[in-house]
Amino acid sequence: MGGRDATMVLLDENGIRCDGRKIDEPRRIMIKAGGLKNADGSAYIEFGDNKILVGVFGPRDVHPKHMSNTDTGILRVRYHMEPFSVGERKNPAPSRREIEISKVIKEALEPAVMLEKFPRTAVDVFIEILQADGGTRCAALTAASVALADAGIPMRDMVAAIAAGKVADTVILDVNNEEDQAGQADMPIGYMPSAEKITLLQLDGVLTPEEYKKCVEVGVEGCKLVYDLQKKALNDKYFGNKGD
Amino acid sequence: MADKRKYVIPGDVVTTGPFRPEQNVILDGNKIISTTVGISEIYDDSVKVIPLTGMYIPKIDDLVIAKVISHTSLSWELDINSCYVGFLPAQDVFGRDFSAHADELTSKLKTGDLVAARIANFDRTRDPLITIADRDLGKIDSGVLVEISPSKVPRLIGKRGSMIQMIEEATEAAVTIGQNGWVVVFCESSEGLLKAKKAIQMVNEQAHVANLTDQVKEMLDKKGES
Repeated sequence: MGGRDATMVLLDENGIRCDGRKIDEPRRIMIKAGGLKNADGSAYIEFGDNKILVGVFGPRDVHPKHMSNTDTGILRVRYHMEPFSVGERKNPAPSRREIEISKVIKEALEPAVMLEKFPRTAVDVFIEILQADGGTRCAALTAASVALADAGIPMRDMVAAIAAGKVADTVILDVNNEEDQAGQADMPIGYMPSAEKITLLQLDGVLTPEEYKKCVEVGVEGCKLVYDLQKKALNDKYFGNKGD
Repeated sequence: MADKRKYVIPGDVVTTGPFRPEQNVILDGNKIISTTVGISEIYDDSVKVIPLTGMYIPKIDDLVIAKVISHTSLSWELDINSCYVGFLPAQDVFGRDFSAHADELTSKLKTGDLVAARIANFDRTRDPLITIADRDLGKIDSGVLVEISPSKVPRLIGKRGSMIQMIEEATEAAVTIGQNGWVVVFCESSEGLLKAKKAIQMVNEQAHVANLTDQVKEMLDKKGES
């Protein structure tokens, strides 16, 4: 893992990818709601080899006070990678990339969370990447949304996320680390499945307009698969599998 | 009566049609969507979701158990187990002829004291205004504080108070339940106190169990014999 292999075949003639998946097959996903006693809400996700823990606090008092807004609550997100989450030790100080991901995840959650119900308060989301293998922002967003629901914070909808992309001129679902490094495009998508709205869309790479449309389509379908697992995680915790 | 109970998570469509959205649901076109994890209930003309998680949000006329955090020369600040702090003006306790010079606030309530209080006013633009000027309200002198999740309070009370009545009768304890999830138990005998406390914690942990009333009753009876 990690090292770039110039001779690696990303997609063979049978349509099988470098880790044995089909082109529209996501990695193994496991989501668990709850688990942290001291946080108001929490979630743990395993998304392929990604392992992410999310803790949510709030609504609570805003400190420093000047950040508070008298019209609405505020959402604060910290995405942080553990030093041991990647092959070579990562400096634990927030990097440019982590600050960007914190921002995009915050903006992807904001349309869903009904912050206007709690003026002068803050909801804090802490995302810890324990192990990273490509597509952490999507996995983190998926887990953050489960953790917010676990904390009982009112939401218009859940947010599910997954990446679509392009390798060997083919549109694929759920880009892993190797495909991200050597592939042609990577497009993380955040989606509210019941509201049918996209809340996160980034694109790194070059796509034709047709490929772009295909990517969004594939990504949205992938988000629906992720949503079913989010639903299952919450059902397991709160309804003991009785949920429909 | 409520029918069609359903387990819902945020974004789930509870029902469609001309219903009035009540607690924890929003109206989107003609769809009624849940905003929290909970159990949906559809009445004749309205829909609500009973939350299974979440913190306490003050509501006017709620009875709460509050803890004094601090005071100024004119008011006390109370912890009500919520994201907002309660505001108790001194006039409420001393009466209209309160004088900041003559009356010392700590003579009535000190930091750390528990009070049974009512939310007098709350409109989200200011901190909730609290009153203790009513029958049954005021400083709590004796008893044990038990903390439960605010979303389990309706379960602890039970249908028309059935659950709490049963606990009170079996243990001869006096139980004051704050809507904010703080419960004060007072009992003459230490055995009854422990039993009542255990029963309350049992409700808190097993709120989702269907025949919880029977199980709590069984627990209360069993301990009584030994």
